[in-house]
Amino acid sequence: MDSAGPAPVGLVADVVRFSWVDGPGNRYAVFFQGCNLDCLACHNPHTMPRRTPLARAVTIEQLVDDVRAIAPFLSGVTVSGGEATLQAPFVAAWFAALRAHPDMARLTRFVDSNGCADDATWDLLLPVTEGVMLDLKALDVATHRELTGLGNAQVLHSLDRLVAERRLAEVRLLVVPGHNDSEEALRSTGDYLAQHAPGVPVKVIGFRPHGVRAAARHIPAPTDDERAAYGAWVAASVGEQLVTVV
Amino acid sequence: MPEFRERARTIVDSPALTYRQRVQALAGLAEESLDPPKVSAECAAALETGLVCDIAEGHAPYRPRYLLPDYSRALAQGSEFLGLAAPTDLYEAIAFLLSMYSQVPSITGYPVYLGDVDRLLEPFTQDVDDETLTRLIRLMWVTIDRTLPDAFTHANLGPDDTRVGRTVLALERELLQTVPNLTLRVDPRRTPDSFVLDAVRTVFACGKPHFVNHPMMTGDLGPDYGVVSCYNSLKVGGGSHTLVRLNLAESARRHTGDVESYLATTLAEHVALNAELMAARIRSLVEDAQFFDHSWLVDEGLLSLDRFSAMFGIYGLAECTNTLVASAGGAGTYGHDADATALGWRIVERVAELVATTPLPYCDGNDGVAFLHSQSGIDSDVGVTAGTRIPIGAEPPLLEHLLAVTPNHRHFAAGVSDIIHFDDTATRNPQAVVDVIRGAMATGMRDVTFNLDSNDFIRITGYLVRKSDLAKLEATGVARHGSDILAAGSVANSHVTDRAVKRVISSESAPRVVG
Repeated sequence: MDSAGPAPVGLVADVVRFSWVDGPGNRYAVFFQGCNLDCLACHNPHTMPRRTPLARAVTIEQLVDDVRAIAPFLSGVTVSGGEATLQAPFVAAWFAALRAHPDMARLTRFVDSNGCADDATWDLLLPVTEGVMLDLKALDVATHRELTGLGNAQVLHSLDRLVAERRLAEVRLLVVPGHNDSEEALRSTGDYLAQHAPGVPVKVIGFRPHGVRAAARHIPAPTDDERAAYGAWVAASVGEQLVTVV
Repeated sequence: MPEFRERARTIVDSPALTYRQRVQALAGLAEESLDPPKVSAECAAALETGLVCDIAEGHAPYRPRYLLPDYSRALAQGSEFLGLAAPTDLYEAIAFLLSMYSQVPSITGYPVYLGDVDRLLEPFTQDVDDETLTRLIRLMWVTIDRTLPDAFTHANLGPDDTRVGRTVLALERELLQTVPNLTLRVDPRRTPDSFVLDAVRTVFACGKPHFVNHPMMTGDLGPDYGVVSCYNSLKVGGGSHTLVRLNLAESARRHTGDVESYLATTLAEHVALNAELMAARIRSLVEDAQFFDHSWLVDEGLLSLDRFSAMFGIYGLAECTNTLVASAGGAGTYGHDADATALGWRIVERVAELVATTPLPYCDGNDGVAFLHSQSGIDSDVGVTAGTRIPIGAEPPLLEHLLAVTPNHRHFAAGVSDIIHFDDTATRNPQAVVDVIRGAMATGMRDVTFNLDSNDFIRITGYLVRKSDLAKLEATGVARHGSDILAAGSVANSHVTDRAVKRVISSESAPRVVG
């Protein structure tokens, strides 16, 4: 991680100027290019490589101007990916610029992250970030490795730190049939979250094969009943009012 | 006369019409047997060939198209005509209003305006507990739907957050009635997010309310205005004598020459023809039928001629723009191509300028000229887009849609509506809808109307119908709501089923009704 100063440009896979699914309210969402995990179930696999001719470079000024044009319609902005924290210096500088602008200071700034970020990265981001939506791909380390290619020690550390600094807005559980969908796994994940992140909303997301890589296309999407069961297992300890199932 | 007798017989014998619908149809037939107000041969031809359209208001106007009685004054002073003293509690106030509604005419035969019911009733609620308040307003709402079965009947709420306003929204979610139509007036300084959010959740349940930009409305109409019928905004204590609309699609088709000559000459001529028909109809209403000399509403100071104007409607802007672009060799379309969209704005601006400099009789309510209205169509329209909307099914993504149509809104003091469609995603993030409403108003949108795919309600133009009621009408041939019959015409002519997951096209009124 280069923390010497803000990078002059960010590498972006996509920008969604009105997003209703990346945090509270209507949000300007930037999907950064490049990810440090290699998730089997990723539904945007084109955002995974760090470098690709499909991505485009943007400056902070460009993003600030683009948000300003539509600021009256927004609750805030969200960075996602790929993994936005890989470009933390750029993100932090952009967030700071938004916060400094009289027309845009009211916008909330959210980060959507897989949690594979070190303390230096969070040191950069958290002073200018209102909320983080954190993916927990699996609580069990072997399952996490099987689904993402890496263990989850850093993810769990990030979760604890975000809770401690009151920045954890939501935990997202992507449930992939045959991998992390057992009752036991989801109940123990619920227990863990109730203990480590009390009061934090949890979104339980059923796997959908749309957009995934060939290796994951054979995995079936869970039925409505199955998704409801996932939610109920997590909610057993987290509390029903905090759990949303999509 | 044989034809008259035949048509009368058909109405009398129609198994598909309720008693009241037969009475209204017979009255309409009688009116059609009179000569229409006199206009020039050129104007008559424009009417005959569909360049201008009086929306089948009838040959002999004997009541204004839309009137907005001052209910607040009536409640304060009581009514000699109704034989009712000023109410002293909530029971009396509701009974007073329900009685008064039955005596308020309009083009539909039912009142198109029910007042800002929260502001009217709130003063009577101080000693009323929540349970009683809900019970009384539920009875009021059910009675309105059963006795005024017409979705052009329109109540207003806001901009302040009140117990009555909250109760009405909760009851709308419970009762799921198409009647009354409902508007929430939103003022960024007075209307809290939580109230707008409550209204958005109500949209999810039943497609209501519309959201209007209160500061923009009061800027154009003054503090006392109401939203009536579909989404027509007018002065309280006044109204609109008539609504005559110019078919811009047809106007452009009749033009030979470039864009500049269209704006300078052809459009000006066509605006003048539309205005001529309006003037003749207004004179007929005021001078021949002498409505204002014989109305109890005028006698009791609840309505006054000097707060009246008339509505100049336009529709088919999309086709008009596209025709002019194509005739200049271009291929861009309104709502999609920046230059074409900008031409659409210019056309509206030019119409506004022409209407603002065309004097009309008895229009003191707007300094002697008509109010401009983006007219959303009638059930017999085929192939012409409502008002200034982007054609159904061809709308760009939400933000582009808003940016394309919003610049038109400032011109339409008497109402404009672009229907914003969304899917179930919104129901999981209602704050996003609030954000869109706030942003749309901050950037100059006058009216924000939604259509949600997944509930039972479809907004046909500005009014609502239930898909299940349409199915019942098709199966049995009978409808309790007159507006359902109009909607069925729209469905047949515009293939609503093809658009079931998109916004619904407009069409608003059939032979006898509304806009």
